Amino acid sequence: MKLTNKLLAATAIVSASASIANATELEVMHWWTSGGEAAAVAEFAKAFDATGHTWVDAAIAGGENARAVMVSRITGGDPMGAFQFNHGRQAEELIEAGLLRDITEIAEAEGWLDLVNPPSLLEACTVDGRVYCAPVNIHSWQWLWVSHKAFADAGLDVPANWAEFAASADALEAAGKIPMAMGQEGWQQSGAFNVMMASLLPSDIFLSVYGDKDADVAAGAEVASVFAAADAARSMSANSTVQNWNDATNLVITGQAGGQIMGDWAQGEFAVAGSVAGEDYSCLPGLGTNPRLSTGGDAFYFPVLDDAEQSAAQAELAALLLKPDVQVSFNLAKGSLPVRGDIDLSAANDCMQKGLALLADGALLPDPTMLITPDTVNQINTLFTEFFADSSISAADAQAEFAEIIADAE
Amino acid sequence: MAAKRPNQLFRNMNAKVSAIPMIVTALFVFVGGTAWTIVYSFTKSGLLPRMKWVGLDQYERLWGTKKWLVSIENLAIYGFSMLVLVFVIGFILAALLDQKIRFENSIRTIILYPYAMSFVVTGLVWQWILNPEFGIQNIMQNAGWQGFTFNPLYNPDIAIFGVLIAGLWQGSGLVMVLMLAGLRGIDQEVWKAARVDGIPAWKTYIFIVIPMMRPVFITTLVLVVTGIVKVFDLIVAQTGGGPGIATEVPAKYVYDMMFRNNNLGQGFAASTMMLVTVALVVVPWAMLEFGGKKKNG
Repeated sequence: MKLTNKLLAATAIVSASASIANATELEVMHWWTSGGEAAAVAEFAKAFDATGHTWVDAAIAGGENARAVMVSRITGGDPMGAFQFNHGRQAEELIEAGLLRDITEIAEAEGWLDLVNPPSLLEACTVDGRVYCAPVNIHSWQWLWVSHKAFADAGLDVPANWAEFAASADALEAAGKIPMAMGQEGWQQSGAFNVMMASLLPSDIFLSVYGDKDADVAAGAEVASVFAAADAARSMSANSTVQNWNDATNLVITGQAGGQIMGDWAQGEFAVAGSVAGEDYSCLPGLGTNPRLSTGGDAFYFPVLDDAEQSAAQAELAALLLKPDVQVSFNLAKGSLPVRGDIDLSAANDCMQKGLALLADGALLPDPTMLITPDTVNQINTLFTEFFADSSISAADAQAEFAEIIADAE
Repeated sequence: MAAKRPNQLFRNMNAKVSAIPMIVTALFVFVGGTAWTIVYSFTKSGLLPRMKWVGLDQYERLWGTKKWLVSIENLAIYGFSMLVLVFVIGFILAALLDQKIRFENSIRTIILYPYAMSFVVTGLVWQWILNPEFGIQNIMQNAGWQGFTFNPLYNPDIAIFGVLIAGLWQGSGLVMVLMLAGLRGIDQEVWKAARVDGIPAWKTYIFIVIPMMRPVFITTLVLVVTGIVKVFDLIVAQTGGGPGIATEVPAKYVYDMMFRNNNLGQGFAASTMMLVTVALVVVPWAMLEFGGKKKNG
């Protein structure tokens, strides 16, 4: 008892003096600006500030804008302390150019190799056996969010899968609802398409299109059925004129729209609005048709800095991000799944429990951003921006263009 | 002439020495930067420049990309309409102001004022004015014309004209002021002579005054054309290239490729094409304009 007290006191003194000696400001860049996201990132900031350092929040709305700013700051020689990216191939070249810090020692000291589940997350951070990023959560795209109110107003039962949802479009429209909410941005539109591709077809087709870049499969009959579904989604979302994904989610929360295909980060918006899963809204993983999740996610990368104090603060932040309590509070706010399987998430709601169960079952797919380069991702985004804005483009034409993009992908 | 040549080199020594920094900047930053960009447009540069030669691959992809072709088409439509309309509107406004009217100063300030605003502000203002739920369409419908529809920014076929309206609103004032200065530079004797000969005012403008204003026209042309070729911020603020890809322009394509697709090679190829287009227009014209002058002068 005495020993513990002494130890505690010693630690307190050491950490207090350490924080006085080395307290530094670390600029952290991210694109978490919606209500739920901001609440989640505040958990990180709080935990980091508790170490005596200061989290300088640099949020930029919109992932595409944020990535452009981050990359030009790093390549331009004005790096920030840490930044959020989706792990995968986005940071590939920055790592090759030696601009990002190797955090393998921290990963080994913290035992990430044994902790991180599924291991593919840490693999996405690893280049040539070295770890370059700290995965903080698992995000999956394959969710259909359905508003109970919208379906009740239209006198319909809440659908259990994509086919039922698509069949109810006319009735929803007759009741003055937008059948499907969709933000008019390329990543949302191509994201919804990828969800359909992952959920309406067997996994091997998804993998041969994005993994093997097989243009023949991309031009084939199975993928044609996904384009037909995307065509249906286009007419269902014709009256959805909002831009931001969270504005589209809000249409579902308020019952103005029947549903939305969006990743599990939409969960955070429902939580902020006080909606209850299973009562006010339902979530259907894999569009209810084929429950499986892709394990993309967010990760923090750390640019190489000259300043020793800042580098020390980076190391502290990296270790902190995966601590059990931080993981719990962050992921509960964000609506995402934690990256470590050994923590208690009984506080999670219905939807997150569904996700955790799928994670435990291993019903998983890689995220397209891990398989294809940002160049290809944006070409596909442009294709779907065009497709969703212009109803004169037929599904067959769009598929032909899609197959060409896949053929050129690397 | 030949005997004077060595003299020529050392004449105005002070001016030549003081021009050295400018010359160095021009050579290294502009010419050097341009050459570097062109060289790297033949490589497979991704996020960072990499000397990995791929020949004409980037150009092949560029000219096979619908977004680029739409961009070129949009620039042609926007550029041609803008050029014609901004000159017509600017000149007519200037001619009207030149009639010795009252409050000329105030009117001139009001019409020039939009030019003081950045394209971002202009784009946002017109985005709201053309928004069917808040802007002109709503006002007209509330005033009783229920069937009135005017929402160019939401129709892919005519969206570029919605951008054109904003561009004209912003740019006409400048053209007007330049033209007005040109008109003021015309000797009043010319007008008196035309009046004595009984030539109608419109004929005097078209056949006598406008040809005399050639230098002003050329200055204005250069200003307007460079503004057109580099149009970017207006598009980003007003439409973001949408709906779909209906209002994409080349400068935005370059930006998207370099900073969103992380594909520098493709961005360089597109900017090289922009340079080639501008050069094709400007070089012959400059040779005629300035090459000719040397001989005459």
